[in-house]
This record gives sequence, C-alpha cells and structure tokens, in this order.
Amino acid sequence: MSSGLIFAITGVVLFAMGSAGMLLVAHLLRRILAFNLMGSGAFLILVGLAQRGGTPDPVPQAMVLTGIVVAVAATALALALLRKLHTLNGRTELPRVEDD
Amino acid sequence: MTISLAFDLLLAAALLWSAWRALVNQDTFRSVILFIVFGLLLTLAWARLAAPDIALAEAAIGAGLTGALLLDAIGALRGKDRQP
Amino acid sequence: MKTAAIVIGAAAFAATMIAALLDLPPSAIHLPRLVDANLPVSGVTHPVTAVLLNFRGYDTMLEIGVLLLALLIVLAVGTHDGADAAPTADPMLQTFARLAASLMALVAVYLLWAGARQPGGAFQAGAVLAAAAVLLHLAGVLPAWREPGALLRSGLAAGFLVFLFVAMALLSQGTLLQYPHAAAGSLILLIEFALTISLGLILAGLFLFLSGGQGSDS
Repeated sequence: MSSGLIFAITGVVLFAMGSAGMLLVAHLLRRILAFNLMGSGAFLILVGLAQRGGTPDPVPQAMVLTGIVVAVAATALALALLRKLHTLNGRTELPRVEDD
Repeated sequence: MTISLAFDLLLAAALLWSAWRALVNQDTFRSVILFIVFGLLLTLAWARLAAPDIALAEAAIGAGLTGALLLDAIGALRGKDRQP
Repeated sequence: MKTAAIVIGAAAFAATMIAALLDLPPSAIHLPRLVDANLPVSGVTHPVTAVLLNFRGYDTMLEIGVLLLALLIVLAVGTHDGADAAPTADPMLQTFARLAASLMALVAVYLLWAGARQPGGAFQAGAVLAAAAVLLHLAGVLPAWREPGALLRSGLAAGFLVFLFVAMALLSQGTLLQYPHAAAGSLILLIEFALTISLGLILAGLFLFLSGGQGSDS
C-alpha cells in the first residue's frame, strides 16, 4: 500500500467527517472548521489518488496549492460574516428551522 | 519500507484523531488549537507525499494565517460577550 | 434520530468511496510524463511552478481574481466591532517582531527567486509576507488597516492586473496565456513578482481589515 493511497483514504474519511460536522454542529465557528476539514480531505484525495503509483505528480500539486490559498480566503470571508452576525444580534448560531 | 508504512499509518491516525477532536470539542478555543495541530500534521503528510510546495504553503497558511484568523475571531466573539 | 441518519450516511459514503478507491484502475494518461516532456519550453525548471504559471496559468489568474473578490466582500461587510483591547506596547516584543519581520521579508524574496528551480514561488512568498504583516500587527507595530489608500489599492490589484495585462498582450498572438518561448522565463518572473505583492497584501488584509475594529471607536 503506497503512502498516496493511505492519505487518499484518510482524505475520504476526513471529507465524510467534515460533511457530517457541517450538518450536525450548530456553532458557526466550528462549522467553519468542519468546512476546512472537508477541503483538506478533498486536497488529500486529489494529490494522494494521483500519486498512488508512487511518482510525484506536479499537476494536482499545483491545483491544491491554489486551492489552499482560496480556502484561507473563504475562511476569512466566513469569519467576517460570522463576526458581522455576532455584532448585529449577538448570536454564533443560525436560527433553527423546525422542519419536522 | 515497513518503517515508512508505519509512520504513514500513524500520521493518518493522528490526522483523523485531531480532526475528530476539533469537531466534537465543546470549547471553541480548544477546537481551534486542535485545528492548528491538524494543519501542522497535514504539513507532514504533504512532505510524505513528496509535495514540498504544498507543505510550505500549508505551514505558512494552513497553520499560521488560518490559526491567527480563527483565534482573532474567537477573541472578538468573546470580547463582545463580556460587554453588556 | 436525524443525527444517527447523518452519521450513518457519512459512514456509508466513506465506505463506498474507499471501496471505489481501492479497485480503481491505473490512470490512462500519465500527467507527470507530459509535464516532464514540455518542461523545457515552459521557461522554468521546477514542474509545479511550470504548471501553475504556464500550463495552467488560467487557473492561477482566476484564483488571484477570487482572492481579490473575497477581500472586497470582507471590506463591504465591514466588521468594525471595536471591542478589542489596546495593542500591546512591549518594547522587547516590538524589537523582536521587527527583527523577525525583516528576516521573513528576506525569506519571501528568496522563495520567490527559488521558485523557478526548486520548491517555492509566489504563493509561499506571499504567505510569508502576509505572516510577517500579521506578526507586526499582533506586536503592536503595524496598526490595523481602516480605509485602503490609493497605494494599498493598487498593490492589492497589481497581481491580477499584471496577469490580465500579460494575457491580453499575448492574446494578439493567438491563444490565451501562451508565452513566447524566449520571453517565458522573464514573463513568469514578472507575474510572480506582482502576484507575491498582491497575495501578501490580500492575505494580510484579510486579517488586518478584519481586526480593524482596534481603536477605531475610541
């Protein structure tokens, strides 16, 4: 089992964990963390899967490099919105919708 | 070969464990600290995947900048709570 | 009930995906070989930089555009909560921060220069620059940014504009962002230089505008 495959599988588990967290965690800051975990999982799958044969592949590596920078911008944007929400009504959670 | 395989498995387990703890922890401050730990472990994983470019970016951005942003946000959220 | 359904769903997704990963056939196209074959015409000798700024330059151009957009939205949302404590004025810390920041600027220039041949490049250099600015801000040397002035604005937009300008200039030759062989190396260095400055300022701005409440209301 190559390290590419090991980390691709880790990435799948991280992605599943992050998506479950996105749906279940109420606190928005921790939901942003869950979103970041999903992103990291996707990056690990992208690079790990391309390198499961053992040779480094520069194409997914470059894609992930841009992805990391975009992810930090998305995180900062989400945090700005969270802080605005908190200044406006003092909440750190979205209002709960009773649908069932 | 077996040593590097064992290291990979250990690193994968540590990644999953820190991610899990960051998600389920009720204290947001601890969650963020665990997330920074996760970022540093991920840097090691990129190094194992022969991707030094991503490892450099992850160390500076994932662990450094994201951590500073998250901690600053916690400070702002808590600082507001203390005021009436 | 809902929690259990979500957890079971996520676990089932992970199990299916892992099973699919394990018996995936080897890919038909060998990308590393293609990159290696075209590396001599790219103008740089480090494959990741070649992919980022030459073969897939379009993605990188849009990426810096996305970053600029994110910063604009952060500015538009405007989080002047003004609840932060006064910045620390510890002279020891400030001296150390100044020392560290100048070293970090040096590292950024090295990373930018090294990017053509070995791991490094605009992204890492920009991130290190941004980290230096955040460090200076946290030590109380650099005040938080309130309104971007003309100089800051042009710095923020420089990366995207230079990239766009090069793309437009080359459009007359036919395809988007296909550098002429002789000038490829210097064009890439020019774009990377502008990218580094913009990335550093944008990433620092995401932090310095966000914590811009400091002292603004007092």
